[in-house]
This record gives sequence, structure tokens and C-alpha cells, in this order.
Amino acid sequence: MEVCGTHTMAAFRTGLRSLLPQNVRLLSGPGCPVCVTTDDYLDRAIAIAGRAGVTVATFGDMLRVPGTVSSLEKARAAGADVRVVYSPLDALAEARRSPDRELVFLGIGFETTAPAVAWTLRQAAEEGLQNYSVLCGHKTMPRAMAALLAGGEVHIDGFVCPGHVSAIIGAAAYDFISRDFGVPCVVAGFEAADIAAAIEMLLRQLVEGRAEVEIEYSRCVGREGNERALAAMAEVFEECDAEWRGLGTVPSSGLRIKMEYRAHDAAHRYEGLTLPPSQKASGCRCGDVLRGAITPLECPLFGVRCTPATPVGACMVSQEGACAAFHRFGSRAREKSSRREADASIQTL
Amino acid sequence: MCLAVPAKIVELQGTDAVVEIEGVRRKANVFFIEEPKVGDYVVLHAGFAIRKWTEDDVAEYRRIVSAMLDAAEGRRSGGAPWISEGA
Repeated sequence: MEVCGTHTMAAFRTGLRSLLPQNVRLLSGPGCPVCVTTDDYLDRAIAIAGRAGVTVATFGDMLRVPGTVSSLEKARAAGADVRVVYSPLDALAEARRSPDRELVFLGIGFETTAPAVAWTLRQAAEEGLQNYSVLCGHKTMPRAMAALLAGGEVHIDGFVCPGHVSAIIGAAAYDFISRDFGVPCVVAGFEAADIAAAIEMLLRQLVEGRAEVEIEYSRCVGREGNERALAAMAEVFEECDAEWRGLGTVPSSGLRIKMEYRAHDAAHRYEGLTLPPSQKASGCRCGDVLRGAITPLECPLFGVRCTPATPVGACMVSQEGACAAFHRFGSRAREKSSRREADASIQTL
Repeated sequence: MCLAVPAKIVELQGTDAVVEIEGVRRKANVFFIEEPKVGDYVVLHAGFAIRKWTEDDVAEYRRIVSAMLDAAEGRRSGGAPWISEGA
């Protein structure tokens, strides 16, 4: 399983998936942060965006993800001030520029992104910037990987571990997975050659009967993580149970803002929001896709009711979602596969 | 969303840096980097440098990207070598 959505997209874009032999199957995992964000979080973000005097700043991927009844994009069309930013630094700068407005940054993402958001929260506190807050939906990866294995629904022979998450947490963070579940882990970079090398390393471990944590992406990842980034996270956030789309509640897999920074916690600042009653999108199987239980092609909505232009589920919206990747590249991959089979037939003749 | 790109620090003032990525300059924060210096290569994510690269790391990255570009050229001209040496 490639855990990270960026790996999913890279494996498709470069054609790597179509080159794998039939007995090597890449399963897309729950590593697309937008995809695993729950409707409840989105509904809160949309409700906050609808308040007077509030500007919501977000990474672009979040804009079109459907909540229970709306999306940030629809909220913006209805007059809410929702802005796309490249970095939480841009959101912080906007809060400084507009002291008469409340700036809420949507803190989603894994350990790669959480330190950046932690830095802005600490900076806001130091500057006394009262109009900057974060709606924290950050999640951490290793516990979710362990939850997938513990669930037992999907057989996973090895993990291609996320490269930039691992640059922050260090490869040693996966030791318990290899040790407790006997599943090999290889941290991979994002070029096709990186992913291919990581798959080769996983296969070698399986053939040799080993289950260890290895690093293919050594130019970016060591056994230990980035101490300064981890310290920033630890100062601002504390571990909590987190709700994942598809996985449910995973113990100790989330981050929440510590009490000391509560003044900058949007969940605290905007308590008592009126949220729509939760309801599941009919037929959407994003949850099953995120667990690797099915491929997007097995979802009845895929390519019919659910397309990138009219997404029903989050996995079709995000550029790193498995459904979006299958929709964009899947037909080409199937075409190549058919061509390879045809070539093989000709050679056999 | 966890995409990160290599960039070169070309200006530095405290934790505020200007970095260059393929000829494009932008601001970045280097708080998470130990002893950053002008000329260092860093990996940039969401406006923050998250890792310093050595010269060897940069050379490895260039070898891989170059090999992929060569492979793409090969495909366009009808060849099929999608990975070449150095990858």
C-alpha cells in the first residue's frame, strides 16, 4: 500500500502502475489529508465561513470537497470570504493586514504540514495577534497505518511510507508497525524511480522473510525526524483521538491545540455553531477506497454520478485522491495494460 | 498535499529567506533548519523549509530527474527506456 496521496498520483502520472507485474498490486491508502477529513469538520468550516467579519483561508484542495449539504466553494459563491493560500504564512500575513477581520486557517494535513501551522500559532501568540485562529484537523500517519492492519479487512504485504511526513517524524516512527505486525515499511521519495526502488526493497524484504523499516528516500529522510519541527508541534499541539473518513475513530491519531493556545483555537472560539444533521452521501464509497478495501472502479458512482466536474465524494475532488487519480489516468493505464497483453500475444505467436 | 520541492536559499535574514526554485524566487521560512546559510539547498513545503540537502542529495535528485526526462524523450521517439542509469 502506498499510504501517501502524492505517491498515488505520482505512480499514476508516471505510468509506473501500468508497468508493474500482475502479482504486484499498489493499493491506495488513507494518506490524502483532504480525503480523510470528515463531513463534520467541513460543516464547521463552512459554518464559520458564513459568519460576518470572518475570512477563512485554506489550501485549495479543500474548496470543492462536499460537506453534508454544502462546500466552501458554494459558501464563497453565496458571499462568504474564503481564500485559497499556498502557506499558513499567507494566512498569518492576511491577519496582520486586516485587524478588523477574524482570519481562520483550516489546519488540515499530516505531520508535514502541522509544524508550519504550529509555527504560525506560536507567532500569533507572540505578536498578540488576536484575530488569527486555526480550525485544527491535523492527523498523524503511523497510528492510521496500524489501524488498517489491526482492522484486518485488507491484506497489506508492505507499506510504501510517505516521504515528507517521514522527513518530519523520522523513519523510526514506523518501527512498531514492522515489529508488531510483521509488515515491511520502506520510506519512498516521489519520483517514479524512487517509488520503483521502494517497491523493489519491499519485495526483497518479503522474499527474504524480513519485516523492517528501510529508507529509500535517504536524501530527505533519516531514522530520526526534524527535531525543530517536532518541538514546534509538541509546543502547540497535543495528541488526541481523531475521526477519519473511512477509518472511523483512530486512537491517538490526531492533534488538537493545547490549552495555552486556546485563544487561537477556532473550535473554541466558534463554539455552538449550528451544523446540519449528518447524512451519508448515497452510494459514495470513499471510505472503502480510503481503507484500500475496494478500488475506485468498484464504486457504482465512479465515472457516472461522481466525476471531477461533479464530485460526490472527497476522493474525487482532491488532486491526490485515489478516485481522481483513477479517473484521470485509469483509462490510459488500462489501455497500456491491454497493449502489453497484445504485444505479449504477438511475441508468443 | 505533502508535495515538497528542492530550493536554494539565495537571501537570508533570521528565519526569513528568499529561495530559488528553477529560476523562480519566493519567500520561505527556514525556522526548522539547523544553521541555514545562503547557498544551502532545502526542501520546501507550504512555505517552510523542512530539510536541508547536501550536495550529494542534490546530485542524486538531478540524476533521477534527468533520467526520467531522458526516458520521456525516449518514449516520444518511440523507444522505451523509462529508467536509465543513475535512477
